[in-house]
Amino acid sequence: MEPFRVLSTLGMLGYGIPEASLRQGVARRPHAIGADAGSTDAGPHKLGRGVPDVSREVTRRDLEMMLLAGRELGVPVIVGSAGGSGARTHVEWTWEIVREIVAARRLRLRAAVILADVPKARILAALRSGAVRPLGPVAPLSEEVLAATTNVVAQMGTQPYIQALDAGVDLILAGRSCDAAIFAAPAIRAGADPGLAWHMGEILECGAMCAEPGSANDCMLGSIEDGRFVLEPTNPARACTPLSVACHSLYERSSASHSEGPGHVLDMSQSRFDALDDRRVAVSGSRYVAQPLAFKLEGARSAGFRTIVIGGIRDPIAISRLDEMTAAVRAATQALFPDRDYQLRFVIYGRDGVMAEREPTPVPGHEVGVLLDVVAPTQERADTVCAFARSQLQHYHYQGIKATAANIAFPTAPSDIPCGEVFEFSVYHLMDAGDPSELFPIEYRSLGA
Amino acid sequence: MQKTLRELARIVRSKNSGPFEITLDVVFADESTYRRVKASGVLTPDRIAALYRLTPAQVLNCEFFDPALAFKATIARTVSSGSPAETDTYGGQQAAPLLSVAVEV
Repeated sequence: MEPFRVLSTLGMLGYGIPEASLRQGVARRPHAIGADAGSTDAGPHKLGRGVPDVSREVTRRDLEMMLLAGRELGVPVIVGSAGGSGARTHVEWTWEIVREIVAARRLRLRAAVILADVPKARILAALRSGAVRPLGPVAPLSEEVLAATTNVVAQMGTQPYIQALDAGVDLILAGRSCDAAIFAAPAIRAGADPGLAWHMGEILECGAMCAEPGSANDCMLGSIEDGRFVLEPTNPARACTPLSVACHSLYERSSASHSEGPGHVLDMSQSRFDALDDRRVAVSGSRYVAQPLAFKLEGARSAGFRTIVIGGIRDPIAISRLDEMTAAVRAATQALFPDRDYQLRFVIYGRDGVMAEREPTPVPGHEVGVLLDVVAPTQERADTVCAFARSQLQHYHYQGIKATAANIAFPTAPSDIPCGEVFEFSVYHLMDAGDPSELFPIEYRSLGA
Repeated sequence: MQKTLRELARIVRSKNSGPFEITLDVVFADESTYRRVKASGVLTPDRIAALYRLTPAQVLNCEFFDPALAFKATIARTVSSGSPAETDTYGGQQAAPLLSVAVEV
């Protein structure tokens, strides 16, 4: 095959594409321009609440730069896991921005919008027929948990993208996707080996993370041909080296040598990373091993509402009585609110606040930070329980007390901070499927005159 | 002579690999150091389990990856990312115990 070039504009749409890097990338005349817009990294609330986690203003700026570049070259622009979590609400949030850009720039645009929401009835049927199983160290899915889950999305593979590319659209705006599929799809459609294409996608989805110095906020060009693909950062201040690219195989992955996607395992155990010059690396030897098709499902459910207090303790006698103090506050709170419809915890910074029960040296320093954290069924309930627990913490008389006026220093007034709704990942499972496109309907939409 | 990973490694880091796992990466700067650490047999699933007070079954992956001069271990999270009992949503501050692992070099 002729070399097929894919430009990744950055690792997360809405982080801000560097203009000069994009121009350098456009000058190399890529055949497709893509960006990943999603992650589960920031926690479950974006999916659960249906909110984005990047700014609208910068997302608009990035999208506009990509759409204009795509138009200049006459090549498709591909955005996957739109809006952060890739549920319909996130996709439509991004689509509104596209509409604004098209109107402001007086463009004409034909787009494929690919949705990744999975109806709960579909999952329930699969669950009852034994076609849903945990992905990693996750509890088996129950019907009760599924019913409480707000949004469920599935990670699409390359097939829906290829279908949309076949339709000749200017823009693909896709819901939740296997990140690498965004970049693997156009390459596979162009005839590339799927092992190399998926490996290239796994690297490109993070922008210039695989370079030295690495960054998710910069462009990376991937060029795929028979037997290898070549990586080249478009920013001249960055370079790819065999070590920097190989190292990227580690990043945020369970395994460096194997990576599972919909219907396959990517085997990188025999991959070779060779320097072509001081900035470009060729990757070869990555293998695509077909597996029975199953899609990764992601879903989140509400866990209640949170109110916190942040405080510090400096008195050494108080610090020596920390466990006594927190146990007493817990007991007093339980006595006043016997329903126990809330969760109360103390995170003690300076002792074991970061690693909790895995902390090898849980020894407090000369001062400690205290996070008093209450999660309850309503915000009002969380506020009420937190206020009581805070007052108890403030005035509890521990053994040997000398600082009888107050036990804790608050850096904020008011001390109690309502944090809103809290979510937790409730679905993180594999669902067997027969048809790679079944779960991902494509809507073709046209904008402009 | 014994040296710690703090002295021997270029990168010692942790991060979520999905919301139910934390992955630990140790990357070395040169091939000879990497080979010596790999050959020492110190970095094993049992050692990771002991360091993080986990059962062997909670150590999900433990591998050396030669092209990156790297060791990687992946462990089960005790609570899922961002859930009410969370202390490290991104899992980025869980690598510290690895720094003091000593290797005969």
